[in-house]
Order: sequence, then structure tokens, then C-alpha cells
Amino acid sequence: MSRHDAGKPEQAAREAWLGEQARKPRRRRVVLADSTKSRGKALRTIIELEEQTSVGEKLVRDLIKQQLKSAFGLAFAVLIGMCLLPITFYLFPQIGDLKILGIPIPWLVLGLAPFPILYGVGWVFRRKAERHERDFVNMVDR
Amino acid sequence: MNATIWSLAAILAMALVTFLLGYVGSRKANTTPDFLVARRAIPATRNAAAISGEYLSAASFLGVAGLVLKDGIDALWYPIGFTAGYLALLLFVAAPLRRSGAYTLPDFAEARLGSANVRHFSTFFVVCIGVLYLVPQLQSAGLTLTTITGLPAWFGGLIVTVIVVINVLGGGMRAITLVQAFQYWGKLFAIAAPTFVLFVVFLASPDRGTQPISDEGVVRFPKAETITVAEQVIKVRVDEPLTLKVHGEIDGRNADGPVFWGRGVYELSPGTVMEFAAGSPVPVVEGSPTNNHDWIRPQTGGISDLLKTYSLIFATFLGTMGLPHVLVRFYTNPDGKAARRTALHVLYLLGLFYIFPTVLGVLSRLYLPQLLVNGKTDAAVLMLPETMVPNLGGQILGAIVAAGAFAAFLSTSSGLVVSVAGVVSTDIMPGKVRDFRWATVFTGLVAIGLALLLPRSDASLTVAMSFALAASTFCPLLVLGIWWRGLTWVGAVCGLVVGGGMVITAQVISVISSYTGRWAPAVISQPALITVPIAFTTMIVVSKATRRRAPADVNQILLRLHAPDPLGFIRDRDIARFGTAEEKARMDEDKRRGAGRTR
Repeated sequence: MSRHDAGKPEQAAREAWLGEQARKPRRRRVVLADSTKSRGKALRTIIELEEQTSVGEKLVRDLIKQQLKSAFGLAFAVLIGMCLLPITFYLFPQIGDLKILGIPIPWLVLGLAPFPILYGVGWVFRRKAERHERDFVNMVDR
Repeated sequence: MNATIWSLAAILAMALVTFLLGYVGSRKANTTPDFLVARRAIPATRNAAAISGEYLSAASFLGVAGLVLKDGIDALWYPIGFTAGYLALLLFVAAPLRRSGAYTLPDFAEARLGSANVRHFSTFFVVCIGVLYLVPQLQSAGLTLTTITGLPAWFGGLIVTVIVVINVLGGGMRAITLVQAFQYWGKLFAIAAPTFVLFVVFLASPDRGTQPISDEGVVRFPKAETITVAEQVIKVRVDEPLTLKVHGEIDGRNADGPVFWGRGVYELSPGTVMEFAAGSPVPVVEGSPTNNHDWIRPQTGGISDLLKTYSLIFATFLGTMGLPHVLVRFYTNPDGKAARRTALHVLYLLGLFYIFPTVLGVLSRLYLPQLLVNGKTDAAVLMLPETMVPNLGGQILGAIVAAGAFAAFLSTSSGLVVSVAGVVSTDIMPGKVRDFRWATVFTGLVAIGLALLLPRSDASLTVAMSFALAASTFCPLLVLGIWWRGLTWVGAVCGLVVGGGMVITAQVISVISSYTGRWAPAVISQPALITVPIAFTTMIVVSKATRRRAPADVNQILLRLHAPDPLGFIRDRDIARFGTAEEKARMDEDKRRGAGRTR
């Protein structure tokens, strides 16, 4: 029952998890092959990815870079947008006196506007990320 | 008395439906994957409703409106941050984390970094964050029950703990998913319906015993009011002189009869009774704006309030991705793409919900100024319907709100207990279903113990603290682990210890300070602005210094995390350990076939 004993199957589980990745997902591969005539080529690219040949590694690095760029770009835009608001309100207190339909503008800016904007940014990211992934699959599946 | 019966009936109905759905969901739950990740086969929309149901805790349901009542427009940063956190989660972690196939946060840490040490540290912080988040839920349950029935506060917390533990014992994650998806819609109804009705009432009678909303001076009592100070010492600030009757202690001196208060701060001992006349100015609990002019305008509290706002933005934006009960739900998605879609859907559901507490908070400023005196503003949402509509309609609305609040405690606590118990049972114990059950009971006991011991403060503030802890520990671990090849386990452990250690120290200091006269500066109660960058820097610097410890298979792991789902690299870690015999056989067969083909 000691932690030591518990550690062993743990290590085995990790090895199983890592070791099988090159051989495991047969079923999905057949689905992929259905859509293309050159099945051998697609399989070879996937094996290249798994075995991390220089080509495979380059492909994955490029995908990660793309995804990271869109994620960080959007995150910084949102974070900077959010961080600009308090300092603006602090430096220009007269904004608090402006009103639309009797409701002060800051209440609208903070109480209503952020939610659709956040959803919109999320929607843009989902589209970008899925497009990158589709491009990657198409490239592998050439 | 009638109102109490209505509310109790509504709460009882809520508890009953929870039990029933839990029972329906748990009939088929008997394997460990059932208990921990609901077999990973939950559709994105239902999962999103379950995630939102779990996420909208007491802090959102009661706390946001309460803070709007007290602090005004600056409190709107809480709902913004709570929602924006999901955007960060969607951008940085949702899909890769799901593809890692890991079972819990510590499992991810170990799989990514290849060290059992980092797993133990992660386990510790998962338990910390989980318990820190559970405490305000149970305390708010106590407050709710006290507000409705006058029963002692410990009773409500105990009831919630018992229901949650029994439900989780029954069916684990599988039962909980259905319950929580239902509870999101329940909560949305429970806050939206009263908001619509009360807003119409407000429009129909703009000056029923209240001051006009355009009045920029101090808040005044609409009618005569008697207020008793509860268990803790409170400090109130008076902006406009007033006369009142006091029986008890002011600033440590006995008082009995009429008292004059000039401008200044007064300290009131527990048990002190104050009687205010109608129209008299309202003393406001120290630290909140005393007049409507400052309340309605953003950033009127000076530079320290500005820093506090930034700290809050940091904590909530980056902390959500590190909350164990949120992450564990993402593991129940079928694949990475579904995880992304779920997160996006959550953004929509949360945005829909958070419009309502703001409106209720503004309305309670007009009708419930007495809550400003003792600072128990979390009760505002519960009291507002009956105060504004003092008849049967108001009682029924009040009952709906009470049931919604109870749903909030139940769903969030269930999620927290499941995630903490899941981690405790798989990391500290052997990870069988029986261990999961013991871990559940243990988690419940620790949480209720702490809830009774620690002083009660606003739910949103306490919850923000666990966001700060998550943002300073798991946020750097996840972001760097998923996107940076250079992270080593030594760097990760150092970052966790430094970031988490600083936040926990700040938490201890602020508890001590709240017992000894609130001397701690604002940054202590909301330290994320400082601790998050330090945690990130520590992880990066130490990882660079220990570059040789980076796992050799880091490229394969990153491929697994980022490769699109159709390529089939996704690999669930749980089958090897906990799968049924059938699943294991299938995996072995795959292995043999795969090996044959490679040869």
C-alpha cells in the first residue's frame, strides 16, 4: 500500500500510454484511407509524424506555431482590451457622466458588451483552429 | 412564516430532483471511468450546460449581485472575469488537454513531464484549490438557510455536504453530469424570472418608498430599520451625520439609547442592535463607496482600487483554466474538437446568465440598503423579491430564488467533491471505486470543518482567492506544458511551490488580519497581479537551468497534444489502468495487430 508500490503500475501505465502510440489507432486510419486513393502515402506521413523524422517534426512544429500564434494573438487582444478599460475610467472620470437612454455608458460597457465580444473572439478562434487542423490533415493525407 | 414554507418547499423540491436525476444517472455507473469521466461520451451542448451549471456557484448566483449592491460598477469585473476565463481556457488548453487523454490534472502533469514528483505537488494544489472553493459554497448555504428560516448557519452547510456526498457516492461523474446540466437551466430560470418580474415592478412604481435613482448623495433608509450585528465585528463608515438608537458596544464602549454619529469610522461589536429612522443616512461597511455618486462611477477608489481591479482581471482570466472541477469536465468530451466546441458554448451560456445578477444588484441598492450596514450583501438576491413585492407573488419568487441558490451550492460542491475525490483516490489511494467513495467522505468532512472554522466573508471574494491560487499554479503549468517544449519537471515543481506558496501565505495573512482588525493591504487579499508573473518566470528560468531534465519524448507528447483528432493520436490513459476487461482485451488486440503490421 505504500506510495512506492503505487508508483510501479503508474510507471507501467505511462510506458503503455507512450509506447503504443505508434501502433494503436488502426480503426481511424481506415476511415482516413477511405477518402483517398493514395493510402500508402498518407500512412507513410503518419508514420513519419509518429517516429519524429525531421520532416514529421517540422510539420508538427509548424502546426503548433500556427495554433499558438492565433491563440496568443487573440488572448493578448482581449487582455489588453480589458486592461485598458479601468485605466481609461481612472484617467478620464468624466466618462462616468455620459449616458445613453438614462444608463451611464460605463455600465453598458462593463455590464453588457463584454459577453458578446468574448463569445465572438471564441468563435473566431474555433474557426481558425479548426481550419489549421483541416489544412494539416489535408497535407498529411495528400 | 408563509414565505419560509414556500422557500423550504422549493428547496426540498430542488434537492429531490437532484437526488432523482442522480439516481437515474447512477443506475448504470459502476466502473471507475464511469465515476471519474462518465465514459467520455457526453455531447458538447449537454456538457457545456453541465460545465456552466457546475461553474455558476454561490459566488455567481448570490455574490455578484451582492457586490454590485455594495461596490457598484467596479464589481462588474467579477462576471467579466468569470466569463473571460473560459475564453483563455478555450484558447490555450481545451483541445490539447483533452487530447492528452490524461485523467486528472496531476495525471496530465506526470504524463507531460515524466516525473512522479510533479504529480504529488499537483495533487496537493488540486486539493487546496478544491477545498478553498468549497468553503464559501458551504458558508453561503448556511447564510441562505439563516436568511430564509433563521436556522443556525452550520445547519445549511451540513445539509449541502450530506446531499452532495450521498449523491457522489451513488454515481460519481456519470450521475453528476445529468444533474448539473439540469441545474444550469434551473439556475438560469431562478434568476431570470425574478429579474424580469422585479424589473417590471420597479418600472411600474419608481418611487415606492425609495429614493430616486438619480440622487447622487448618500444612501438613505426607505423605512425605519433595526439591524443586529452578527458573529463578527464590523466597521462602518459614516459620511453624513445621523442620530440612531444603539444597544450594545461602539468602539469598545457600552452604549444604550440615542447616539449621534458624525463623519468617521465606527466599530461595532457582535450582538449590538441599531435602530435607524426612516430617511436617515445609511452607514456603509468600511471599504465600499458611501454615496451613489462614487457607486455609479467606475474607478473612484484611487490607485489601490485600480490595482485590485487589475489583479482580479489577472486572477479570473488565467485562473479558470486551473480549476480542477472545471478541467475534469473537459476530460468527459469525446475528442479535442468537441472540447473546443464545449468551451465556446459555455461562453454563450455564461454570458446569458451574468446579465441578470447585475440588474438584481442595482435594484437591491434601492430597496435593501440595510444590507450595506453589516455587509451581508450576499443575501440581497434572496431578500429582494419579498421586499419589493410583499405578497404571495413575492413569496413565490423568493422561493424560486432560494431553490436556485441551493442548486448553485449543490452543483458546484458536487463538482468540486468529485474532482478532489477523483484526484485523492487515484493519487493517494489505489484508485478503485471503493477508494473513490472513501475519498468523497473525507473531502466532505474536511470542507465542512473548514467552513465552520474560517470567518465568513463575501462568497465572490473567497472564490476569487481560489482563482488566484489556480492562476499562480496550474495556469503556468498548463500553458507552458502544452505550448513550450522546454518545460522540465524541476521547473514545474519550483513554479508550483513559489506561486502556490505565495498565494497561500497571502490567504493566511488575510484570515489573520480579518480576525485582528483588517490591517492587511488590498494586494494581500487579491495577490494574482504579483504572483502569476512570478510563477511563470520561476518555471521558465528553472526549466532553462535544468534543460537536461526535459523528457526525451517531448516531441511525441506535443504531437499527441496538437495533432488533429482525425489522425487518431488521441490516447486515453485510463484504459490501461482502470478499463473493463473488454476494453483491455480490445487494447491488447490492437497492440498485437499493430505490432504485426509494423513488422
